Amino acid sequence: MSDYNFAYLDEQTKRMIRRAILKGLAIPGYQVPFASREMPMPYGWGTGGVQVSAAVLTPDDTFKVIDQGADDTTNAVSIRRFFQKTANVAVTEATADATVIQTRHRIPEEHLRAGQILVYQVPIPEPLRFLEPSEVETRKMHALEEYGLMHVKLYEDISQHGAIATAYAYPVKVEGRYVMDPSPIPKFDNPKLNMAAIQLFGAGREQRIYALPPFTEVISLDFDDYPFEPTKADHACDLCGAEDSYLDELIVDDAGGRMFMCSDTDYCTSRRKAGHIGAQGVPYAEDAA
Amino acid sequence: MTPLLQVENIAKFYGPRIGCTDVSFDLYPGEVMGIVGESGSGKSTLLNTLAGHLTPDRGAVRFDTRADGQHDGGLRDTVTMSEPERRMLSRTDWAFVHQHARDGLRMNVSAGGNVGERLMAVNARHYGQIRDTAIDWLGRVEIAADRIDDRPTAFSGGMQQRLQIARNLVTGPRLVFMDEPTGGLDVSVQARLLDLLRGLVREMGLSAIIVTHDLAVVRLLADRLMVMKDGRVVESGLTDQVLDDPQHAYTQLLVSSVLQV
Repeated sequence: MSDYNFAYLDEQTKRMIRRAILKGLAIPGYQVPFASREMPMPYGWGTGGVQVSAAVLTPDDTFKVIDQGADDTTNAVSIRRFFQKTANVAVTEATADATVIQTRHRIPEEHLRAGQILVYQVPIPEPLRFLEPSEVETRKMHALEEYGLMHVKLYEDISQHGAIATAYAYPVKVEGRYVMDPSPIPKFDNPKLNMAAIQLFGAGREQRIYALPPFTEVISLDFDDYPFEPTKADHACDLCGAEDSYLDELIVDDAGGRMFMCSDTDYCTSRRKAGHIGAQGVPYAEDAA
Repeated sequence: MTPLLQVENIAKFYGPRIGCTDVSFDLYPGEVMGIVGESGSGKSTLLNTLAGHLTPDRGAVRFDTRADGQHDGGLRDTVTMSEPERRMLSRTDWAFVHQHARDGLRMNVSAGGNVGERLMAVNARHYGQIRDTAIDWLGRVEIAADRIDDRPTAFSGGMQQRLQIARNLVTGPRLVFMDEPTGGLDVSVQARLLDLLRGLVREMGLSAIIVTHDLAVVRLLADRLMVMKDGRVVESGLTDQVLDDPQHAYTQLLVSSVLQV
């Protein structure tokens, strides 16, 4: 552990990232360029989120990592161990106990509170990218608030599918100004973006950081006659019986049998510990599985 | 009567070379101005400078703007106005029809989306209304309503050009810039497109500036004509007058070069 500087990055780099974060917080939704570093993991595995986490972690923090809501996937485990090793911080799987939560593509079910920081891993920070390939042009569009094109995408969705088919990375407008990509979270999570915790977004390959201060007004774009609707599988969790959580669908046999369960593993486990049982669930036991 | 567009001494240089220089004219509401000349005579440079795509080195382009919250309207110099205002003009009061439809369309967005983009850019947020307007405009440019969800890549060249015109005119602009609108189309398609353009211009009371090397196009569409050579205007006047009684040697050459079928 002592061979690394605290949280892997050198102090100058962390200062540079903190400056970008502060600027991002001052201009909610604006993509701040920063000098992204090489990290000991490939691009696309969360290098942006890891750099932001490294810049905000202190020795007193408790760190949690989720990947699609789960604490126990390869990506989440590796990043958690990385900071255990390089920063020697306490780690947890409990959302309420964590002070810094790095996430890939989900917002925890449990409401976050003031004092917590949620760090997102972002693959493509530019919401207009697939509509306008030129970075020069998209920056100009942000600067001049020309966002008609974003609605062209939603228009295309409705004309082809009869409804707004964009189910994740659903574009939002921040404080009536910048249009922002909330990272590929399901649109089910969009209403939660207006929360008490600080939200930081890091895109390593694209070298951009942006942020939402607590209780920032975040509005999902829509049409008057096709309003925004957060969606989830029409089912209850088969393990814990929760009806309000975002669900993963799992195919369990070759006969097409399937089950639904919470994508947020911590939420599911704590509900089972509290005695909730879903349709296919069994009472929680510490040594099970 | 106030002119809609007042061009004063506009000049654009490419390094030491002249793009266009010493061009001045007034364009009144409902008037169609043709600009002819051979390749390299500076007519496209002039058009792009007027439309704000290029920054002129000298001169003023005054446009009769509508009053809004901040300004009283009236003639304002578009060269010195701020970029957001100029871009706002170019998606409301102005329209630009490119020679190649590919330059003016989004090829990976459906025809309806292409027509609707300008509406959504000025804050139309009702899908049903946007779609009705798009269908109406496709009808006006003779594209069947059932093609609304097809992409322009599935359209013929003539249809793409008509779609581009619909996309530009949907917000009811007052001034249309056209760069060789019939270039690259075969003659029968050209004839129908010209017919359509003439109808739209008359019906909507549009003012237009049309750049072309095709004298037949200006004969049909333009009220007035400017002939350009080497970046300068060598002759201007009423279209019939210039074409039937050319004064400048170059105009005489141009008119006599047209093949008589």
